[in-house]
Amino acid sequence: MSATVLGKNATAAVAERAADFPILARQIHGRRLVYLDNGATTQKPQAVIDEEARYYRESNANIHRGVHWLSQHSTDLYDRSRERVRGFLNAKQAAEIVFTRGTTEAINLVAASWGRANLKAGDEILLSGMEHHSNIVPWQLLAEQTGALIRVIPVTDAGDLDMQAFAGLLNGRTRFVGVCHVSNALGTVNPVAEIVRQAHAVGAVVLIDGAQAVAHQTVDVQALGCDFYVFSGHKLYGPTGIGALYGRKELLDAMPPWQGGGDMIHTVSFERSTYAETPQKFEAGTPNIAGAVAMAAAIAYVQDVGIEFIAAHESALLQYANEVLGEIPGLRFIGQARERAGIVSFVVEGIHPHDLGTILDMEGVAIRAGHHCAMPLMTRFGLPGTARASFALYNSTKDVDALAAGLLKARRLFGMEQSA
Amino acid sequence: MIGQFGDLRELYQEVIFDHNRRPRNFHCIEEATHQADGHNPLCGDQLTVYARVADGVVEDVSFLGHGCAISTASASLMTEAVKGQPVEEVERLFQDMHAMLTESHPDRDLGKLEVLSGVREFPARVKCATLAWHTLHNAITQARETAKTE
Repeated sequence: MSATVLGKNATAAVAERAADFPILARQIHGRRLVYLDNGATTQKPQAVIDEEARYYRESNANIHRGVHWLSQHSTDLYDRSRERVRGFLNAKQAAEIVFTRGTTEAINLVAASWGRANLKAGDEILLSGMEHHSNIVPWQLLAEQTGALIRVIPVTDAGDLDMQAFAGLLNGRTRFVGVCHVSNALGTVNPVAEIVRQAHAVGAVVLIDGAQAVAHQTVDVQALGCDFYVFSGHKLYGPTGIGALYGRKELLDAMPPWQGGGDMIHTVSFERSTYAETPQKFEAGTPNIAGAVAMAAAIAYVQDVGIEFIAAHESALLQYANEVLGEIPGLRFIGQARERAGIVSFVVEGIHPHDLGTILDMEGVAIRAGHHCAMPLMTRFGLPGTARASFALYNSTKDVDALAAGLLKARRLFGMEQSA
Repeated sequence: MIGQFGDLRELYQEVIFDHNRRPRNFHCIEEATHQADGHNPLCGDQLTVYARVADGVVEDVSFLGHGCAISTASASLMTEAVKGQPVEEVERLFQDMHAMLTESHPDRDLGKLEVLSGVREFPARVKCATLAWHTLHNAITQARETAKTE
């Protein structure tokens, strides 16, 4: 089946699911909500909202604590949620999945635990030039503590990683490579399997930031071969405050705990404590149980719709957006990478992205305007920021039309073309 | 025509477009006695305000930087409003502008600066309009840190 045909079928099948998202019935400034800020966070389907409420209504108790029925029930739900994440990423075992607050906390966990135990002065940390601040700053903190050095894989004018430069940067001192699967600012899909292969050839450990990938394409951590993979529930139609770290079991087992507290210990005395096994070792304190359960419901929802349908639908939307927005005078796309997913980043000559954001908002169109927490990337393109529209399964060509109409209105307001 | 842009016209008045397109006093003052940098980390707006103060009077003032139409126009209008004013009056204007943009309109008329009064209805944009004023305040009170609107 050609991409276009699949795209058309997918659009028909997926478009119906917009009705699953109650917030989309809202009006903003008297207009239909056109939500195109999915890269920041996605909206939640009724099934996820219901599941979180149902957990509190029927199942709430602390896990791994009581002998009472509810505690065991809650523990079972939490374990099943972990198993759901395992299947979603195709990890070998559920013990390789650690629940975190989100992508940011997962990266901080790896930097604090694996990083402090394994890096020393002169070691090199290799990050891409299109990383989100959350995959930069934890490594800077680590570099300050250990004396390790950060090196950067450059980004081409088109918004691709410079793979030739990457190969040249790899050397015997490269201990760690951190790369986003999909760029949050440009939508670039990075060749992560190839990056893993080359990094492993010099003995480096690889973390893939999947925050912008998991809602848009199938992820198979075994096929990718990565050492760590991280994502957030809230960009995947799930709740905020929950996410996951996948880590290869051997690595997680060898890593020291990073936060101490209840649930992560085996025995405690004032002389010495021993720690629980992976993954409990990394989950000190009462976790976000309801969040984990609701994130599992979000994964089930995505699996029910079909991630390949979502991918085809969003790919068709992206193509449509390229055509429609491409006709707006003064509009310049930022990032035209070979492979992109779900995100279109642009500037309009003479109108600051922030002004575009406000004008579109008055039309009910929600986009992101600014540096997208990727300031080094904006500097590389010589821009203070861009306007970004990012798609989810419930978006339609009508939403893209509303965006285009809003942009034309902004140009009229700024006196750039005659009013109709 | 009036109706086409609705509430947006409250925010984007013609004077604002004019100052955005042709910002006044948009240059560096080599012999500045005071200067400060301002940065809005949320949207990336960045500017430097220069002032030459003598005998308690802001004799010259200017700015450089980049930002949205609201922040550029606000900075431009500010330089026009404070040039030649005593430092005490500049501080009073800063307080009054802050009140107009965030709380309630001050008792007196703020002249040309009134075109920014519509910003109050757009909470996400208030910081765009206050950045230049915070930066000027820091410059003339010689605070050394980069002004932030956070």
